[in-house]
Amino acid sequence: MEFDFAAEQPKFLMLMYGLIAFVAVVGGLLLLLDVVPSYFARRREAQLVAASVSGTPLPRRPKQREGAFAFFFLLPTLLLLAVGLVVPAIRTTLLSFMDSSSSNWVGLDNYRWMFAEDSIVRVLVNTLIWVLLVPLVATAFGLIYAVLVDKARFEAVAKSLIFLPMAISFVGASIIWRFVYAYRGEGDQIGLLNQIVVSLGGEPKQWLLDSPLNTFLLIVIMVWIQAGFAMVVLSAAIKAIPADIVEAARLDGTTAWQMFWRITIPSIRPALIVVVVTISIATLKVFDIVRTATNGNYDTNVIATEMYNQAFRYQENGQGSALAVFLFVLVIPIVIYQIRNLRKQREG
Amino acid sequence: MTTTTPTVGVGAQATEPTTRGARVRKRLNSRTATLVSVVIAMLWTIPTFGLFISSLRPENEIKTTGWWTFFSDPQITLENYQEVLFSSGSSGQLASYFINSLAITIPSVLFPLAFASLAAYALAWMNFKGRDWVYIGIFALQIVPLQMALVPLLRFFSTGVTIAGVQILPAWDLVDEQKFAQVWFAHTCFALPFAVFLLHNFISQLPGDLMEAARVDGATHPKIFRTIVLPLIMPALAAFGIFQFLWVWNDLLVALIFAGGGDETAPLTVRLAELAGTRGNEWQRLTAGAFVSIVVPLIVFLSLQRFFVRGLLAGSVKG
Amino acid sequence: MAFARSRQTLAVAGVLGLALGVAACGTGDDKKSDKAGSAECAAYEKYEGHDGKKVTIYSSIREIEADRLNESWKQFEDCTGIEIDHEGNAEFEAQLPVRVDGGNAPDLAFIPQPGLLKRFVDSGKLKPVGADTKAMAEQNYSPDWLKYSTVNGQLYGAPLGSNVKSFVWYSPKTFKEKGWTVPTTWDDLIKLSDQIAASGTKPWCAGIESGDATGWPATDWIEDVLLRTGGPEVYDKWTTHQIPFNDPQVADALNRAGTILKNEKYMNGGFGGVKSISTTAFQEGGTPITTGKCAMHRQASFYANQWPEGTKVAEDGDVFAFYFPAIDPAKGKPVLGGGEFVGAFADRPEVQAVQTYLASGEYANSRAKIGDWVSANKKLDINNVPNPVDKLSVGILQDEKTVFRFDGSDLMPAAVGAGTFWKGMVAWINGKDTNSVLNDIEGSWK
Repeated sequence: MEFDFAAEQPKFLMLMYGLIAFVAVVGGLLLLLDVVPSYFARRREAQLVAASVSGTPLPRRPKQREGAFAFFFLLPTLLLLAVGLVVPAIRTTLLSFMDSSSSNWVGLDNYRWMFAEDSIVRVLVNTLIWVLLVPLVATAFGLIYAVLVDKARFEAVAKSLIFLPMAISFVGASIIWRFVYAYRGEGDQIGLLNQIVVSLGGEPKQWLLDSPLNTFLLIVIMVWIQAGFAMVVLSAAIKAIPADIVEAARLDGTTAWQMFWRITIPSIRPALIVVVVTISIATLKVFDIVRTATNGNYDTNVIATEMYNQAFRYQENGQGSALAVFLFVLVIPIVIYQIRNLRKQREG
Repeated sequence: MTTTTPTVGVGAQATEPTTRGARVRKRLNSRTATLVSVVIAMLWTIPTFGLFISSLRPENEIKTTGWWTFFSDPQITLENYQEVLFSSGSSGQLASYFINSLAITIPSVLFPLAFASLAAYALAWMNFKGRDWVYIGIFALQIVPLQMALVPLLRFFSTGVTIAGVQILPAWDLVDEQKFAQVWFAHTCFALPFAVFLLHNFISQLPGDLMEAARVDGATHPKIFRTIVLPLIMPALAAFGIFQFLWVWNDLLVALIFAGGGDETAPLTVRLAELAGTRGNEWQRLTAGAFVSIVVPLIVFLSLQRFFVRGLLAGSVKG
Repeated sequence: MAFARSRQTLAVAGVLGLALGVAACGTGDDKKSDKAGSAECAAYEKYEGHDGKKVTIYSSIREIEADRLNESWKQFEDCTGIEIDHEGNAEFEAQLPVRVDGGNAPDLAFIPQPGLLKRFVDSGKLKPVGADTKAMAEQNYSPDWLKYSTVNGQLYGAPLGSNVKSFVWYSPKTFKEKGWTVPTTWDDLIKLSDQIAASGTKPWCAGIESGDATGWPATDWIEDVLLRTGGPEVYDKWTTHQIPFNDPQVADALNRAGTILKNEKYMNGGFGGVKSISTTAFQEGGTPITTGKCAMHRQASFYANQWPEGTKVAEDGDVFAFYFPAIDPAKGKPVLGGGEFVGAFADRPEVQAVQTYLASGEYANSRAKIGDWVSANKKLDINNVPNPVDKLSVGILQDEKTVFRFDGSDLMPAAVGAGTFWKGMVAWINGKDTNSVLNDIEGSWK
């Protein structure tokens, strides 16, 4: 069967329907919010006129209107979130206290299992390594590179190259790196890493087999993807540091090193936080890299992959849910930090 | 760039001598920096580059020699792409999946953009009880593993919503490419927390007097949103748009569940994962397939890069 | 092309909001009017009466195999007017529960794991077969096979395709050149391996990398050996957990398999050392046989599809398979195998009609003729099987003396059979010792 473009036509049609739906929903909502309030506004105006004519006291401006407005602005988001995330989150939490068929309550058994099973403890430890290393290394690299490349020649090109992996899917990236780590027992090496080792006179190695080295090799993939994101954001932040501050510091005879710690870092602190928070959450949820590269074998498993395996491949709903809840717990510190930030922002 | 300000000696501290030597050193430094950054950028690109070269080499060459031998013995073929893009159902048809990816991605970017900007505006500029808690709640939802949302959401599509035996919402009952709608819905749900987080950071920074002036003029919230806020947050929208585009385009799991595995609805990533899983030995397809899936996000990113940076920066300044 | 067209009409109709049933009826009618009533449709008379109905099937079968499936029931579709919509997915085992729990179950599913089938029975999702299907299944399959899809005395699906796993692939050409003979006892097998190893070639090769199913080929090895050292009774007790997973007899079997699998002198021809087994794709595990770098590869009948293009698979060709010899001849001729079962999540009459048809001899022969397919269906005429290895398999499956046992990892709970067992084997190949591997797996079986 040759490739048949006609067969693809309904897809485009469907896409068009989607776009029409988009315009209808969003446009409709805005129109509604525009028309209805202006109707009320006109009525209020009439009331005001009537009031001023008859000399009665002016009706108070209804305060709750703001809340009603906000409700409609938030409505689509809240509805979708309720269906798509809130209900599932509650359900998952309940399931984590039930057995594999989700029919009997088992108390904390699933959580006990999590910490009793050696292989699962290993999974937890690995996840911890990931979530500590990836944001740290990716952000540090991004920052150093952003400073290094700042005002260098070919800046735009160099930055694009670093950012490029960000556009690659986790699956694609894992394939690329599997190719780098590939091993041939006999004949020429086809993996770059082994080729380098061989040309330096070493023995080729099956990189992904040896723990804990393999976990770090997988982390390299994630850092490779995320560093570009960190670099782009931080670089933009650095460029936004007011020139007079830099100039003043220079006049004071600050060395480059001091400049970095005393001026650059404090100035870009908010950007740093966004980068670290975003990468941390992405790392906690990483699933495809481990699955594509090793499928969690050789002690490389992480929570998200194991959760998928437990809940979907082994039909251990309770255990899978417990892992998911644990993931949720891991993010609480970040949430608390955000709350504090928000408070500060509102006060300031 | 080089400062030639005359030194004003503060105490014994000698600052930035404007001697010729210093200037040379400085230029050297910046040259080193350029050199180092170019070298790193190249290192960073080598894995992708290797993949690209491999995808152009004949099957047997890929399997037996490293891609670097290409430079000593160049052999180019487009056969891998031909095979992966257009061949029969039994081996590739990536072209068909490619179109699916497009049809999935575009609405999945637009919907969360619109909904999240409305929500972010309300959370930033409207006064109502508990808005901080609503915001924090939405932020925290970022971590809900979407794997755990799959079954409930699927049930929502296939059986509708029933409360106490009363059918409140009917089942969706979609077939073939209509299933795209499910994927759009799912992606929109999952994208909202991050979108609201990012856009809220941006919108809350807009100058308050601008809004106040508009209010005094009697503009309603929808009007302010449309005429003042929307144009100002374009960079942020572009930034999130690219982000969401990359995320949806590269998504595997949501597509697998809500679109199914056939070539009618499944996107490129589903196909690519299959190539990797079941064709572990067929590097020639893997490489070409992987590169095909990279091309579109790459183009989108490179062409919109400027907005992306601007938008993210604005969002991050206040954290 | 025509197929794509009708699909498109259908889809457009759906989008435009027309009742889909009408469109489906339309295409169904068109198809049927061509052939219904003709001679070749006579065989399908008993499935008549469901014209224009649609039956969805979900399976793990994809690509060329899926094309062959569609071809195999084409005539059935044409004659009865039932439209069969098959979807294959590599993530079948993970996706099916999601779809079923999410209320989006297919009408029929080809389930290769009796363990998974039982799970759906337990949760009340799977429908017991109708009377027709039951009669057809009992007529065409031996009780040995049907017991795997029988839960609490109820039959939940007829078998479909099968495979024989107790095969060792070799190159008849090379064997002839070098004067090696095909071993028929375990001792001969070891002797031959030593002889080949002494000649400077590594006798065995293997690959167990298989995406997220990595490890399964090694579990087959262990099961095959246990079936030989312990016999079918021990094997049955082991798969049903009446004896613990780490029973000493299992440890013996594992160690015995280890004398080949973990033997650096034997392994891994064409790929390197023992450890390369776990990173070699199962699809290319036997490839070095074609280049003479390896002599033997234990793998199922379906490996016939994996040879490089142009390899002649025949008793006098480039590659062929011999029966993995018994260890204790007193315990009979044990054969390990697998297969899939057609389970139904709906009991509409047209679904039952398709389910019955798939259990019939007509279907088995129709599918077998297209090639690369084996079934334990008694009505399958061995002359309809084109491929020599498949012929060999069908011969073994239909042999009354064969002691057939189903792949154990498919019988165990998924957390073990598709989880810790696979992962345990990968760790074992990579140097973890037998007892701790077995203890870990036993610990995960609740």
